[in-house]
Amino acid sequence: MSNPNINWAAIDTHPKFQALHRKKTFFLWGLMVFSIIYYFMLPIGAAYFQDLFKIKVWGVINVGLLFALSEFVVAWTIAFIYSKKANAEFDAMTQDIINDVNSGSIK
Amino acid sequence: MKLMLNKWLLSLAAFSVSNAAFAAGAVADEFKWMTFSVFGLIIAITMAVTFWAARSTHTTSEFYAAGRSVSGIQNGWAIAGDYLSAASFLGIAGLISLYGYDGFMYSVGWLVAYITVLLVIAEPCRNIGKYTMGDILAFRNDPKKTKVVAALSTITVSTFYLTAQMVGGGVLIKTLIGIDYEISVVGVGVLMLVYVVFGGMKATTWVQIIKAVLLVTASLILVTMVWAPYGFSLPSYLQAVVGDSKIQAQVAKLLGESAATMTPEELGQRFLEPGLFLKNPIDQISLGLALVLGTAGMPHILMRFFTVPTAQAARTSVIWAMGIIGGFYVLTLFLGTGAAMLVGSAKIASVDAGGNMAGPLLAQYLGGGESSLMGNFMLAFVAAVAFATIVAVVAGLVLAAASAMAHDIYVGVIRGDHATPKEQVVAARVASVIVGMIAITVGIMAKGQNVAHLVALAFAVAASSNLPAVFLTLYWKKCNTTGIILGMVVGSLTAIGLVMISPNMTYPKAVIAGANKVLNGEPAVPAKEATPAVERSAFMCELFALDGCVLAKPAKAASAEKPAKLGAAEKLAKLNEKLQSMEVALPTIADAAAKTAAEADIAKVKKDIAATEKAKAKAEDDLKKFEGQTTSIMGLEKPFFLLKNPGLISIPLGFLLVILGSLFTKDKRAEEMWDELYVRQNTGINAEAATAH
Repeated sequence: MSNPNINWAAIDTHPKFQALHRKKTFFLWGLMVFSIIYYFMLPIGAAYFQDLFKIKVWGVINVGLLFALSEFVVAWTIAFIYSKKANAEFDAMTQDIINDVNSGSIK
Repeated sequence: MKLMLNKWLLSLAAFSVSNAAFAAGAVADEFKWMTFSVFGLIIAITMAVTFWAARSTHTTSEFYAAGRSVSGIQNGWAIAGDYLSAASFLGIAGLISLYGYDGFMYSVGWLVAYITVLLVIAEPCRNIGKYTMGDILAFRNDPKKTKVVAALSTITVSTFYLTAQMVGGGVLIKTLIGIDYEISVVGVGVLMLVYVVFGGMKATTWVQIIKAVLLVTASLILVTMVWAPYGFSLPSYLQAVVGDSKIQAQVAKLLGESAATMTPEELGQRFLEPGLFLKNPIDQISLGLALVLGTAGMPHILMRFFTVPTAQAARTSVIWAMGIIGGFYVLTLFLGTGAAMLVGSAKIASVDAGGNMAGPLLAQYLGGGESSLMGNFMLAFVAAVAFATIVAVVAGLVLAAASAMAHDIYVGVIRGDHATPKEQVVAARVASVIVGMIAITVGIMAKGQNVAHLVALAFAVAASSNLPAVFLTLYWKKCNTTGIILGMVVGSLTAIGLVMISPNMTYPKAVIAGANKVLNGEPAVPAKEATPAVERSAFMCELFALDGCVLAKPAKAASAEKPAKLGAAEKLAKLNEKLQSMEVALPTIADAAAKTAAEADIAKVKKDIAATEKAKAKAEDDLKKFEGQTTSIMGLEKPFFLLKNPGLISIPLGFLLVILGSLFTKDKRAEEMWDELYVRQNTGINAEAATAH
């Protein structure tokens, strides 16, 4: 696949690549920002909202413990959502661009 | 089920009485052969793997990247093996066993970090990179300059982390089986060098996989044994945790005076609530930032993504790693609370103040206690897993540092990329030996030093220097050489500088004052009236010890007069006197129940004497060690920077300087290469291919 004569600028400005770039940027930033906010809610909640964290909801299990456990579930969910999206959509779009480059339709 | 619980509680009571003193290592002498057999078995297996890997480790791609033929799932396990250091295996379980909720909360950041790795780092790095972080940065920036800076940063981060691992490993092996610290460090170092030098990345990968599988297996077995009596129900298990008298006693000890008004139920419940360990939320956020952004900049983690054949495999490997690492941290909740309930926080802390022995002691208890064969077999197994953990992490770090030294500095800069393939492999092996020797030397020199902050510092440097550089190179069109160099140098120096003036350092004045308190006792404190809460004067006061700063203080209730505390010598005399009179009285007690109670009291006094003697010896030691010193190595009497974690300041600064440096200078190559870099990092066109085997 190594081809020294690839016109990178042409690929970069090609509508297909631009579409991939837009989709990925939007999706990745969305997940990234959400995950960072959700993560920092834990130390902030543990420090400043202790009364909320101490409320027992399930036997002796309190909000704080459930929230900490939810951090794991959320992290796994984000990983799952991303891999679904990337496997189904980004990979296909990327392959399409690679095929076009190899067949010479993007020059 | 209830019967079993009762039986456990009974055996526990017997357990805590029978265990007055703890010898040099957690494993008793008559069971050492078992520990060594398990160690030997693990070493034999990993050596066989190394022998097998060495046969297919000839080229640079094979040495640094295992021929890029590691599958996604294999790499996921290897990342987990590379990442779950002894600090997380033993340390977090220990924190939970001593402080409950806060210990568990602490573990969350280590998993969340992988979201950054997954979303922005893994795939682009696989598509762009070759062997090192320097390769990624040199893609569009000035290759020689960036490779030098990237290699220095890689070596710095690796050395910090490596030192913490070597010292931690040496102490751990000494605590577990009583082997001398120096011998342990040399043993770990030599073993790791054999893996790395002969088997390269392939052997390292498999050592990490084996270790991760062992670690997960051991944890699963222990958690099953802890949780099964409660029918795997979370509420009824935690109910037992909350209702445990040892845990209640631990919470009462942590809370001090304010525990006096609390019921046992409240004390137990407090174990599941935040605030027993982590007192400074700003420090917490600072650490969280370093973890979440630093993991993606850790050279030994980045390097793992060069070992898979495609970006898709890199993605798969992070997903697997997140499953394994996250699952493991959830298990630590049970390991920690289980150890606190079954072994007891007081006993755990008496063997190792940081709680690191919680997991091993839990294993010993679950196997049947310290004089049983099975208990010692389980302890031996967990000790061997801990040993494998240290070796696997150290191997990954040495490989990362060696690749920076050999590939970036020697081949890239000194030889201008004109080294023959054979020369490159020789350079890689020589560099591994050099780094390994440094690790052993530093490990021995740092004996007895406080190195716990070095792990946090490694993450802070990675987050303040490596991540801004890699991230902005990959995603920001205007990023260039000047920005990268400026950001990396200032980011890492700020992180290191702030830690040098932080509470992590040793301040002789405070140590001497503490030692004098132990030896000479404390005068009585008069009764105090209630004081209202005080608000801090400015946010900066939370970060720096500035003049005229008023720190926030919560409202305090009125306190009664506190009696004077005795000095260690007087206290010892008194305790000995008490012990003598008790021992004299013992034979005169006729009633069996009263006699048992008296015997328990005697054991308790003996324990107190041992603890006081230990404290006295430590205080005398400290006085000798810091005699005549008043300031830290930075010439400070007390910390100027008040957080333990510098990330809050150094990370934004690192990003800012990459941006400023890039905006104010022009770099033709960085601009010209942007299209190629951006297309390649997204599509994987022209990415380094896997070598066929």
